[in-house]
Amino acid sequence: MSDNRIIEKRQLADEVCEIRVEAPLIARERQPGQFVILQLDGEFGERIPLTIADADPDAGWILLVFQTVGHTTHRLAALQEGDRIAHLLGPLGTPTHIERFGSVVCVGGGIGVAPLHPIAKAMKAAGNRVTVVVGARTRDLIVMEEPMRAIADEFVLCTDDGSAGRKGLVTEPLAEICARAPKPDLAVAIGPPIMMKFCAETTRPFAVPTVVSLNTIMVDGTGMCGGCRVTVGGRTRFVCVDGPEFDGHQVDFDNMMQRLNAYKDHEQAAHERCHLDEAIARKERDHERQA
Amino acid sequence: MNDKPEPSPEDNRRLLDTLLPRKDELKARERIAIPAQPMPAQPARERVRNMSEVALGYAHDQARLEALRCLQCKNAPCVKGCPVAIDIPAFVKAIADGDTADAIAIIKRNSLLPAICGRVCPQETQCQLDCTVGKSLKDVELSVSIGRLERFAADWERESGRMLPPEVKPETGRKVAVIGSGPASLTVAADVRREGHAVTLFEAFHKPGGVMMYGIPEFRLPKAIVQLEIDTLKAMGVRIVTDYVVGRTRKLKDLLERDGFDAVFVGTGAGLPKFMNIEGENLVGVFSANEYLTRSNLMRAYDEGAADTPIRRGRHVAVLGGGNVAMDAARTAVRLGADEVHLIYRRTEKEMPARIEEVAHAKEEGIRFHLLRNVKRILGDETGRVVSVECLKYELGPPDDSGRRRPVEIPNSEYVLPMDTVVVAIGNDSNPLIPQTTPEMETNRWGNIVVNENNRTSMPGVYAGGDIVLGAATVILAMGQGRQAAAAINEQLREETKS
Ligand SMILES: Cc1cc2nc3c(=O)[nH]c(=O)nc-3n(C[C@H](O)[C@H](O)[C@H](O)COP(=O)(O)OP(=O)(O)OC[C@H]3O[C@@H](n4cnc5c(N)ncnc54)[C@H](O)[C@@H]3O)c2cc1C
Ligand SMILES: Cc1cc2nc3c(=O)[nH]c(=O)nc-3n(C[C@H](O)[C@H](O)[C@H](O)COP(=O)(O)OP(=O)(O)OC[C@H]3O[C@@H](n4cnc5c(N)ncnc54)[C@H](O)[C@@H]3O)c2cc1C
Ligand code: SF4
Ligand code: SF4
Ligand code: FES
Repeated sequence: MSDNRIIEKRQLADEVCEIRVEAPLIARERQPGQFVILQLDGEFGERIPLTIADADPDAGWILLVFQTVGHTTHRLAALQEGDRIAHLLGPLGTPTHIERFGSVVCVGGGIGVAPLHPIAKAMKAAGNRVTVVVGARTRDLIVMEEPMRAIADEFVLCTDDGSAGRKGLVTEPLAEICARAPKPDLAVAIGPPIMMKFCAETTRPFAVPTVVSLNTIMVDGTGMCGGCRVTVGGRTRFVCVDGPEFDGHQVDFDNMMQRLNAYKDHEQAAHERCHLDEAIARKERDHERQA
Repeated sequence: MNDKPEPSPEDNRRLLDTLLPRKDELKARERIAIPAQPMPAQPARERVRNMSEVALGYAHDQARLEALRCLQCKNAPCVKGCPVAIDIPAFVKAIADGDTADAIAIIKRNSLLPAICGRVCPQETQCQLDCTVGKSLKDVELSVSIGRLERFAADWERESGRMLPPEVKPETGRKVAVIGSGPASLTVAADVRREGHAVTLFEAFHKPGGVMMYGIPEFRLPKAIVQLEIDTLKAMGVRIVTDYVVGRTRKLKDLLERDGFDAVFVGTGAGLPKFMNIEGENLVGVFSANEYLTRSNLMRAYDEGAADTPIRRGRHVAVLGGGNVAMDAARTAVRLGADEVHLIYRRTEKEMPARIEEVAHAKEEGIRFHLLRNVKRILGDETGRVVSVECLKYELGPPDDSGRRRPVEIPNSEYVLPMDTVVVAIGNDSNPLIPQTTPEMETNRWGNIVVNENNRTSMPGVYAGGDIVLGAATVILAMGQGRQAAAAINEQLREETKS
């Protein structure tokens, strides 16, 4: 309906981009926890899901934060302010259940901090005490630290290599927080599947209910294909309509991770092609500059 | 089927020359003696390496010969079998008379999508089932090929460039929203727009056309034909909005209450894939037919060099099911380069719901049929990838209430077939998104929207039709429902304008 024009673009970290996109209809309806599916070319492009990290219904924009991992995300990162995204569908998925739980611990790993942001914001607005734990492999990969600090009653930063904040994985502070009295009423963990799996394992012995947001491979995003299915509590659920959020203690993460790798060979090749293309483009630019 | 050598175009011409001078006086016996015309098709060896249409369509002389087989029955049992009651004897006679323009005009009085229905209707269970010619030859496959003739007329019109968009009456200022863009919705959009009402069509996908675009493969229904129907709607002034999922981008209620639509038609189809709920169904390499076909058709994954969307090019592929969806998935797997494609079906070939022609084509393309077999579980390796399926043998037991002999499992008959890809094609349930986000609307326990005989739902101003009402059905039934709903919508708007 709208032009899906990129009104602002920022590089947040080495392989992480943030774009503000004009999408008044989506901005009007979207709620925390929801996502969009975008496609850069209606003939041959792939449809990829990205969480709505923030939105302004009055100004009519949504914010997307994404990591360049493969073909489509690389092409997306190459778009400039003023360019259009050919197809943008949303908001999709069941919104996060927001309520005054009491105290909520929000754990974000890597790019997962982006989808966590609107949830943390809404949890805070609903009157919860919000503790935020942000983790990244290294300092340069930390995203949205400032907006998260602004929301948090308590903020913990950690990196795998100790280049910023505490050295270690997010599960360490999470375990400490769960061990406090009173323990948190809810945990929300979003990040790479392996991180969510271990966050769920960390909170399980404390019986702290834990919500995770799953990032399975999707095609339509409307419940038609079943490609996004996961096993939750022994039942098959569709992430795009039943989720993306589920009870982390019930999710079969191992099966989900296997399914995420279904196209690994294909994607690996695409990723390498992207970097090769970039290298060639760089060479060409250098040549032009020299000429 | 037919193993006799096919008559050459010259033979056909000669035969036609002897028949045409007496075409109106031919005796029934003489008509029945005219050989049934086989459908020209790409040879199996070639077509398994491309995605182009398999059935090539009748040549002109063939069409006239086939049309001359029709007995012009007074009681016309064929018309009773057609869900939209096309005047079959009349259009077939027009083809026999060489007046194809008249033939297509007659068809279009009842059907808006003849090029499509001529290709995909299950004719052998509809118009051709009770055809007198088929009955006298005691073989439904020897009935007059009504569908092929319908396709012939529609293709002739399209290729002659004479296809004009229907006339649109002066603008009435009334607004109608149509949700989804399958055959039901396309029909509603055309019929309502003709009356001069503004029509906006909302489609969730990036391309309109519904199952005809994302499900039925190119080799059975060329996408250019579907696209032409959409272009016609655009030429009539229908506004088509893609990437818009009603229930999420906008609630159905808001279309009526805030966006000023006077009526809404829901044609969202049966897009919820059924799974078997067996062990191993979520392993890597197991797909619903919807996912498999969407990747290949809509996302163009078969075109590996150009498309960004990947598809699994399995070597040993098992397809579970026996309907059109299963045939489409199996034949797609062949074209994607599988070494072996196995179709596993619980009943016998007689009970297969797929069109006879598709079953025949599938066999010609080397698909192996495992009948009276069912998959009990799917087995994987330590990385979660499919390695085999465990099958169970069945036999036909005593007839059930419907008179069909029910398959019953043979205990301890399990055996294992090595496979790396499994496609589950056992059907679809209705798409739950609109019912879930529109609590005001009544649905039955299968999630289908409940409508009255005018396709009106329990919500004022809201109509529904096609698979979302019928459960997974057919293109022609969806179109028929669209016509009824459009008539009711036009009636509602007329009444409202009067008062
Ligand atoms: C509901 C949902 C919300 C998401 N939100 C975000 C977000 O806000 N920001 C963000 O950066 N990413 C998000 N993702 C992941 C994002 O969709 C993928 O990174 C993207 O599809 C990769 O596309 P590509 O063509 O660039 O890479 P591809 O070439 O397709 O894949 C490259 C690598 O990414 C992995 N991958 C592929 N598809 C997915 C996927 N859907 N999810 C996770 N990994 C995948 C592959 O295993 C592979 O290793 C989300 C996914 C889901 C399902
Ligand atoms: C693989 C396959 C093969 C088939 N073969 C045959 C055949 O040979 N012959 C035959 O007669 N029939 C066949 N059928 C069945 C036939 O295609 C369907 O009965 C017919 O398409 C139903 O039409 P419909 O108008 O109800 O909706 P559909 O064609 O199902 O279209 C519904 C559309 O609505 C869209 N939609 C859904 N929800 C929303 C929403 N909330 N907002 C906006 N848009 C939405 C969907 O994206 C879709 O495009 C086949 C079906 C399949 C899947
Ligand atoms: S039943 Fe067969 S022979 Fe009779 S009118 Fe119909 S098509 Fe012709
Ligand atoms: S629309 Fe279908 S059923 Fe009706 S005459 Fe044509 S092919 Fe036969
Ligand atoms: S992405 Fe197709 S059903 Fe979820």
